[in-house]
Amino acid sequence: MESLFDLSLINSTLRMMAPLLLAGLGGAICARVGIFNVGLDGLMLMGAFLGIAANVLFENLILATLFAVIGTAIFSLILGYLIINLQANMIVVGIALNFLSIGITTFTLRTMFDVKGAYYDNEMAGLPVIHIPIIREIPIIGNIFSGQTPIVYLGILITILLFFFFRSTVLGSRYDAVGINLTAAKSQGIKVKAIQYQAIIISAVLCALGGVQLSLGQVTMFSENMTAGRGFIALVATMLGQSNPFGVFLSSGLFGFTEAISIRMQSMNIPTNFTLMLPYVITIVAMFIFKDKTQLNALKNNTGSTR
Amino acid sequence: MLLELTGITKKYGDFFANKKIDFSLEENEIHAIVGENGAGKTTLMRMLYGMETPTEGSISVRGIKHKINNPNEAIKLGIGMVHQHFMLFPSFTIAENIVFHHEPKKGILYNRKKAEEEVAILAKKYGMNIDPSQLISDAPVGVQQRVEILKVLYQGADIIILDEPTAVLTPLEVKDLLISLRNLSKQGKSIILITHKLNEVMQVTDRVTVLRDGQVTGSLKTKETDTGHLSKLMVGRELAKKEKTEVKVGASILSIEHLNIIENSSKKKLLEDINFQVKAGEIVGIAGVSGNGQSELIAAITGLLQVNEGSIHLADIDITNLSVRQIREAGLAHIPEDRYLWGSAKTASVEDNLMMTEYRKKAFQKNGILHTNVIRKFAKETINKFSIKTTSQEESAQNLSGGNLQKLIAAREIQQNTPFLLAAEPTRGVDIGAMEFIHEQLLMKRNNGDGVLLISSELSEILSIADRVLVMFEGKIVGEFTQADVSDEKISLLMAGGKHEQG
Ligand SMILES: Nc1ncnc2c1ncn2[C@@H]1O[C@H](COP(=O)(O)OP(=O)(O)OP(=O)(O)O)[C@@H](O)[C@H]1O
Ligand SMILES: [Mg+2]
Repeated sequence: MESLFDLSLINSTLRMMAPLLLAGLGGAICARVGIFNVGLDGLMLMGAFLGIAANVLFENLILATLFAVIGTAIFSLILGYLIINLQANMIVVGIALNFLSIGITTFTLRTMFDVKGAYYDNEMAGLPVIHIPIIREIPIIGNIFSGQTPIVYLGILITILLFFFFRSTVLGSRYDAVGINLTAAKSQGIKVKAIQYQAIIISAVLCALGGVQLSLGQVTMFSENMTAGRGFIALVATMLGQSNPFGVFLSSGLFGFTEAISIRMQSMNIPTNFTLMLPYVITIVAMFIFKDKTQLNALKNNTGSTR
Repeated sequence: MLLELTGITKKYGDFFANKKIDFSLEENEIHAIVGENGAGKTTLMRMLYGMETPTEGSISVRGIKHKINNPNEAIKLGIGMVHQHFMLFPSFTIAENIVFHHEPKKGILYNRKKAEEEVAILAKKYGMNIDPSQLISDAPVGVQQRVEILKVLYQGADIIILDEPTAVLTPLEVKDLLISLRNLSKQGKSIILITHKLNEVMQVTDRVTVLRDGQVTGSLKTKETDTGHLSKLMVGRELAKKEKTEVKVGASILSIEHLNIIENSSKKKLLEDINFQVKAGEIVGIAGVSGNGQSELIAAITGLLQVNEGSIHLADIDITNLSVRQIREAGLAHIPEDRYLWGSAKTASVEDNLMMTEYRKKAFQKNGILHTNVIRKFAKETINKFSIKTTSQEESAQNLSGGNLQKLIAAREIQQNTPFLLAAEPTRGVDIGAMEFIHEQLLMKRNNGDGVLLISSELSEILSIADRVLVMFEGKIVGEFTQADVSDEKISLLMAGGKHEQG
């Protein structure tokens, strides 16, 4: 019988967590500028779909990823315009965006590929798996880190970059300032709207990468509503991680781990209903344990007064 | 002439917030703008700072006409503004707040070390005492105010606008600030000072401009005028000196016994063994530098903070740790400390804000259905009675001038007609006419045989209307005076942590 825990479990955790990590980082950036982005799921789904669709058209993985990223970024402008310019309620807009995304992707799937439910093509190439030459040779670390798609490595890299962005750069501190006190930032001549748009677009790019990892990395197919609420789990990862990049890394790691282990438990004759439940149960438990102030601030929808 | 505003008009819809205003500022001058709440002082300054565009009129700086479209352009012209409400980032350090938007950089990196050094040098140059690495949230209000001014100086402003900078300061902090302003003008800065306190105007300014209903009613040299004349220009009438009648003190209304509040994490005592009573027909004042436990006391009485030990009784009801609603129903009305945080819903209408603590009353609803006609009439009467300046009852509260919102909250709570009123900084930011009116209302409440607890960092306010004064320091009550033996010096000494001399 296969054992429940071994080193390759960590390897599959990394693979499972990557979409959550990327979307969670996107959520974190938005939270830092005072936007509670509930639309992560929809953005991820859009990215997953555009990735597959473009791969069919161009038969080129780099072009497909690029297409997904740009397309999703444009799609996210709807979110930006409604929240930033029209000051609409962030949660309502986010949820609407998620449904819109399900609608558009399902509709296009049916008209473009003439299939219902899921599209796959055995011939189609998925994202390649990279074996990093030197690391691969190191006994334990090799097992853990080697053999992932480029997007997984990118996720780790972006975590580190974002951490330094917020800690050490001027722009990062301005992002924070906008989230802490929008009116004050505005009164100092900061272009608040531009910063909030930037954050939303960056979050869309990250979500799109997460989506591509789902549809072209973990499998090579697109099925209707294939994110299955991962965007919401990513949102929880954002909150659990207190919108700090490393925090988001750890919390999405936790969720990736439960996902990986639930797959393994299925092969051990534990009822799938139970194992599929695991990530969501942990999410709810985690919500009880951790509270996050930055999210509350984002929710307050700053319309302060200078008077 | 350094700065010249000519024929400035600002309309909001049909309402003239400013009407054909002429204003000028000379080099090294301190020029005060005074006027009632809603007279248009802040609006005028917001146009100068590029946060609002004038409907008509022109602005020229050093003889050249400019259109100022946003704060950035104002800052480039050397104009800086300290807003009526603090514009700070609590989780940033003092240095980070001061250099914000003009940060010293190394490539794209934030050079925080250099920021702290530059801020330290700047603070020294202007004789302002601060610690650049301290977090703003840990700094007292007086220091926060200094940070606001240093921020403007760091941006290289020569024209500094201060919108009611002393409203939240203690007397000692005010004194420091006024000295700083004098120093600044000696070092070549020109200052526009908006304030409701005429004694400050007399102390530091060179000229005064008085606004009323959006128009200039006078522009004079400070030397050639006095407070009486100024208040007449502001209000349009002489202010009456209020007479206090003797009232027989009755039974105790609020009684607090051995109240202790301990902070959860640090186990620090926020309030320590507080004992006092407020009796019917009495105004009890609590004096003290803000941050010495007043906020916690307010929160404990109103049910916003868990009490660890001791009891609070309202009339005969034990209200210790009851819910806010239960406490209010037991007979408490409360004018909160911070009008935006606790006192109002910024985006709700004036009418809704007025009804916030009233709507459950029988007169205004039946089985949960509101009597909108009654409410509208009631709101209209209140607005008239307290002369709250607003364009309409549907206006959202955030568009009210600071003082008018304060009046709205005071009106709401005074009209509750409860046996007990907790008034925390009830006149913060309101003009002298309105202050007189609110004081009258508080006295009327006392004459009716109700109890009032007045918490104020404004010593003159406490001295003028309280019957009994308690002094708070570091979470304890360190002194008690009756009106007969109270004095400015005695209280100031205790407020600063001095010992109460028996004798
Ligand atoms: N955006 C707006 N829409 C409508 N009316 C407004 C708006 N902004 C300000 N007003 C009105 O303009 C008038 C002037 O307001 P302003 O804030 O300039 O007064 P102020 O003199 O600074 O008063 P205070 O001493 O209370 O701060 C007020 O009556 C206010 O209600
Ligand atoms: Mg004002």
